[in-house]
This record gives sequence, structure tokens and C-alpha cells, in this order.
Amino acid sequence: MSRLLVCPPDYFQIDYEINPWMRRENGVDPARAVRQWQALMVVLEQDVGVGVERMQPVQGLPDLVFTANAGVVVGRRALVSRFRHPERQREETHFARWFRERGYEVLTLDPSLYFEGAGDLLGFPDTWFGGYRQRSDIRAFPKLSEIFEREIIPLELIDSRFYHLDTCFCPLSGGDLLYLPSAFDSYGRAAIAERVPEDRRLAVPEEEALRFACNAVCVGKQVVIPAGCPFTTKLLEDRGYRTHSVQLDEFMKSGGAAKCLTLALD
Amino acid sequence: MFPPDAFRSGAGTSRERSVMTASQETVFLQGHIIDSLILAKVLDTILMMGGTFDLQDVTIGATREAPSQARIVVRASSGRLLAEILRAIQPHGAAIEREADCRFEPAPATGVFPEQFYATTHLSTQIRLDGEWVEVEGMEMDLGICVDPAKARARTVPMGAVAAGDLIVTGREGIRVTPLARPVERDVFGFMESVVSSERPHHPVIADIAQRMQKLREWHRQGRAGAKVLFAGGPAIVHAGGREALAWLIESGYIQVLFCGNALAAHDMEAALYGTSLGYGLTAGRSVPHGHEHHLRTINRIRTIGSIEQAVRSGVITGGIMAACVRCDVKLVMAGTIRDDGPLPGVLTDSMAAQQAMRAEIPGVGLALLVASTLHAIATGNLLPATVPTVCVDVNPAVPTKLADRGSFQAVGLVMDAASFLTELARELGWRP
Repeated sequence: MSRLLVCPPDYFQIDYEINPWMRRENGVDPARAVRQWQALMVVLEQDVGVGVERMQPVQGLPDLVFTANAGVVVGRRALVSRFRHPERQREETHFARWFRERGYEVLTLDPSLYFEGAGDLLGFPDTWFGGYRQRSDIRAFPKLSEIFEREIIPLELIDSRFYHLDTCFCPLSGGDLLYLPSAFDSYGRAAIAERVPEDRRLAVPEEEALRFACNAVCVGKQVVIPAGCPFTTKLLEDRGYRTHSVQLDEFMKSGGAAKCLTLALD
Repeated sequence: MFPPDAFRSGAGTSRERSVMTASQETVFLQGHIIDSLILAKVLDTILMMGGTFDLQDVTIGATREAPSQARIVVRASSGRLLAEILRAIQPHGAAIEREADCRFEPAPATGVFPEQFYATTHLSTQIRLDGEWVEVEGMEMDLGICVDPAKARARTVPMGAVAAGDLIVTGREGIRVTPLARPVERDVFGFMESVVSSERPHHPVIADIAQRMQKLREWHRQGRAGAKVLFAGGPAIVHAGGREALAWLIESGYIQVLFCGNALAAHDMEAALYGTSLGYGLTAGRSVPHGHEHHLRTINRIRTIGSIEQAVRSGVITGGIMAACVRCDVKLVMAGTIRDDGPLPGVLTDSMAAQQAMRAEIPGVGLALLVASTLHAIATGNLLPATVPTVCVDVNPAVPTKLADRGSFQAVGLVMDAASFLTELARELGWRP
């Protein structure tokens, strides 16, 4: 059974602005956020059937809830992120401790190399893709490639609204790819086309990408997708995926949705 | 540390060059840079912003998982543009190679370099002083580099000329050598692949050399820098019958500097006085009675007069190579050897002094013709920066091969007899004997 790392949104709020989505005056409704998060957990655990590991939320770290940025886990090795913004750098020790206490071999990169975990590193079994420019440093990928012995194709993120790769790029089991082509430049689109055949590339319309259609969690043939993305949902169902829509707009105020709220552990 | 005008010669051109080449930086790119098109993006960015690049050491990963690497020299017309380009490509992973200032140490004694001294090549070289790249002046191979940190200047210095305490560059850090760019001219120099072959057709090569000389003579007459033609030759020119052609080339203004030894001058003037070369009648082609004494009598005669110039001006020597040099004010450097007779007045018998005198004539040379002399050809070749197009002509392929092997795009070797070369070259330029 797949397992995901999550963190309850007890302290989730907009304390600072580090991406174009975050506006302090657009405050989070805490009760609503908790309800949305609980609903996501129900879908994941009961409908999709994955195991969920809850980590302890920490006061003063509102974004700890976005566990996708904790790092990247392969087998029993966990490479912990190095955040670009100081506001989130304080999360690093908590994620590292969680991995260490559960017996993972904890790896880190040179502190000068920003790398924001599974938010910027996604892929298929053979080929991984790394998002850079907005948050992660492209120079982190050769190191990750060496550590995990995987090909990592760097993709420049050219639109600050899609600041992590997982906001505009979602590899699905079975080799399909959900993505927003306009979040990449022509080099990135060509590199994607080189690795993913045309009939496997599912382009998401921008208005749905802005509702985080690409920030979906795919487990087997099941896809958990934020609510308000009918085109994408149909696209997926036509491909034989079973979709689960979840309302996550409180988290979108911070620039995240389903995928950002989870980290695949195995 | 330097003589007061040590930097004066050619300072203008060297300054200009430093402005052009100072704007370059080497960056390193690694990862899955090929399939991701990151390398293409970086190279496109450099070009789109108006820079140029040299792609060096591209290593493609052996397996799909293995990363590739590329070292890229980025060049731009100004330091500002270069900085803009570097700023644009750094987010794509192009990291500037770690750079340090060059190191230097005082020379421990006069005529002695510090133990770890840096030995120069004949390619344009810059050293990093206090974070700035400084062009090394007087580029020549097999020398040291003397720096004046206060003035932010650097120049080459021969081992024998170093003074105790001169600051000499050591190690390899903070030194960069600019590989020679392929010349823009589409002549024999532009296409040169350093091939020396006796089978190679000579005519097109000689025609290209002639065309260059024509252009350089025009430039020289206009007073343009770098338009001098240097000729270094051996006595075989006279023995083989190339004397008239060479004299004509000098008189027609195609040659501005002549390097030779005692023998070329002696046999040229022997021919002027006796019509022989080493005792052989140049027209009859056989030895004449007591002919072996002719060159000695010639040398003695010139020594009596006091100088070659005086011998020409007084009408004793009326024609030939030396007469042409005197009449046309060609800079003549005669370097002696241990087998010399006499020698003639003006021959420098201190070989280090001779080397220094030759070195002093190098700035401003735009073409070098090294003909029928192993000794003078190699000595001159060692003094020339790689940027000077060089033609080496000898019947012995070893000589042009040795020069062509210096790694210059612009060294042309011709395996042929000196007289045939000079005659054909002069005819190409309009000589009608």
C-alpha cells in the first residue's frame, strides 16, 4: 500500500508572501481549511486507499502543511529540501527529524543549492523532471541524479504563478502526463515532447491550471484533483482514470492543493 | 623594475587587444544538459544577447543516467555585455569556473626565475591581477611573465633578462591563454592545417603569400601598424641563385626587416665583388681559381671599410641583398655563430644580444618569411607570437615541420628550394628580370 506524509493544518495561515498567490489580506479561514484537509484525508485513506503518516504541526510554521516540499524519498533514503526563502528554511529541521526518527537515511545537499523536494522533482520510473528557476537551483539536479541514479531533465519554470513543477506538471501512472504547456518555454516543451509521446501528453487549459488541476495526486488509476476542473477531470476519465474532486481553495490562497499537501513515501 | 619605456612599444595595439579579449569568461555546465536542451538554451542565449562562445570539453554521459558536461568560453564585445550574458545564463546552471588571481614571486637572483615560474606559449595570454584580467605584453614562447601590480601590467621577460626581485608569475592559476581564432581571410593562411608536404602544389600557396605581401606593402605605405614583413634567410639563397629576386623584393618595398647571419651577407657581397658564391662562379657554375678565398677577401674588405652601410654608400658594393637593405632602410639584424669567418662588421657575436636585437624588431611584423636557414628560421619562429602568419621554406622538410608543429593555424610550410621560391614569389609580384 502506498503511503503519504501529511501534516495537519493546525497552524496554517498566510503569515508572509513568497509567491504570487499569497496575500496576507486574503486570510485563511482556519476552520474551513481544517474541514477541507480532513475531507482530503478521507478521500485518500478511504476512497483511494493509501496509508497516511501524519506529522506533528509546528506553531509558527504555517507551510509545514505542504509536505511535498519536505524532500524526496526513494526507498529508505530521504533527501531533505533546502528552501529558497528563509521563511520556509525553518521547516527543514522538522522534516529531517521526522525522517530520521522513522529510520530513514537522511541526505542533504550543499546548503547553497536550493531544492524544494517533490514540489520540483517529479517523474516516471525511468526519467525524472526537475523544475528550476523559481525555487530550486538547476545545479541541484546533477547531484540528485548522481545520488538516485536517475536521469533528471531540468525544466525551466517561466511563469511565477507556477513556481513549483508540481503546480503545472503531473506525471500519471501508466505514462500519461498532465501539464500546462505555457508554463514552460520552447526548450522545455521540446524536452517534454522528446520523453513523453504526443498521445500521452494531456494539456490542461490555463484556467484549470490556475485552479491547480495539475496539483493532483495519482495513485494507480485513481487521481485526486482539486474541485473546479471539469475539463481536466473529463480528460482523465476518458483515459480510464477514476477521479476524486476535493475542494481545497483555502490552501490555494497559499499556492498549493492536493499534491502539495502530500509527499509520497514509497 | 622595468626600464622607463619598457611598455611603450606596441602599447597601443596591445591595449586595444586587451579591451577586445578581456571580456571573456569560462563557464561550466553539467547535468542532463543535452536532452533537456539546457545546453542549447544557454548557447542560444549567449548568441541572442550578442555574445559568442567556444564550446570546449563537451562530455556526453555514457548512459542515460550519467550526466553530461560542457565547458564554454563566453565572449562579448564589452565587460558590461559579458556580465549581462553571465547573469542570464547562470540560472540555467552555467557556473563561472573558480578563478583566482595569478601568483607571483620575486626572482631570487639576476638571470634566474623563481622555481615554479610560468613558462609562456606564443598565444595571447592574460593574467588575473587583483580580480582584473590583464593582457601580457610582448607575447613570445618560452619566456617568463614579469608583473607590475601597481600599474596592473604584465610583460614577457627572457630568463637571461630578469633582474633579482622582479615579480615573476608562478604556477598556473589566474592565467588564461586564448587559442588562436581561425583567421577571417580565405587564403592559404586561413585554411592552413599545418601540413608540410613536398608534394603539395606550390603555386597557389606562393600566389596567396604574394597577395598578402601586396596588401601589407600598401598598408605599410599608409603607415598602418602590423604591416611589416620580416625575412629570415640563410646563404643557400645566394648559392642557389635567389639573390636577385630577394634584392628585387627588398627594393620594391616588400620587406622591412631582415634577419640573417654572417654568411648570407658575406656571400651576397662576395657575389657583388667577385661574381662568386663560396668560390663558385654564379653565372658559369664552376669553381674559379682561388675562389674559396673570395668570401674571406670580401669580409676583410668590408672590415677595412668599417661597415656594410659604408661599403654600399661608398659605391664598393653596388648591388645585391645588402645593398638593397641599405638603400631601402631595411632593419638588418645579423646574428653570428661559432663557425663564422670574420665576422662582418655589425654581426652580433653575443647570441643573447642578437636574440634581444631580433626581439626588438618583432613588434609590428605582419608576415614572416623564413627561408633556407634552420638556425635563423627556428630562432625567429620562437620569437614570433602565434598571431603572425609565418611561411617557412626549406628543402629539408624537418625545418617547416618543426615550425608548423608549433600549433599555429598560420604557419605555412613549403618544402622547396629557396631560389625557386623567391623567383616565383618575385615574379608573382611583378619582377621581370
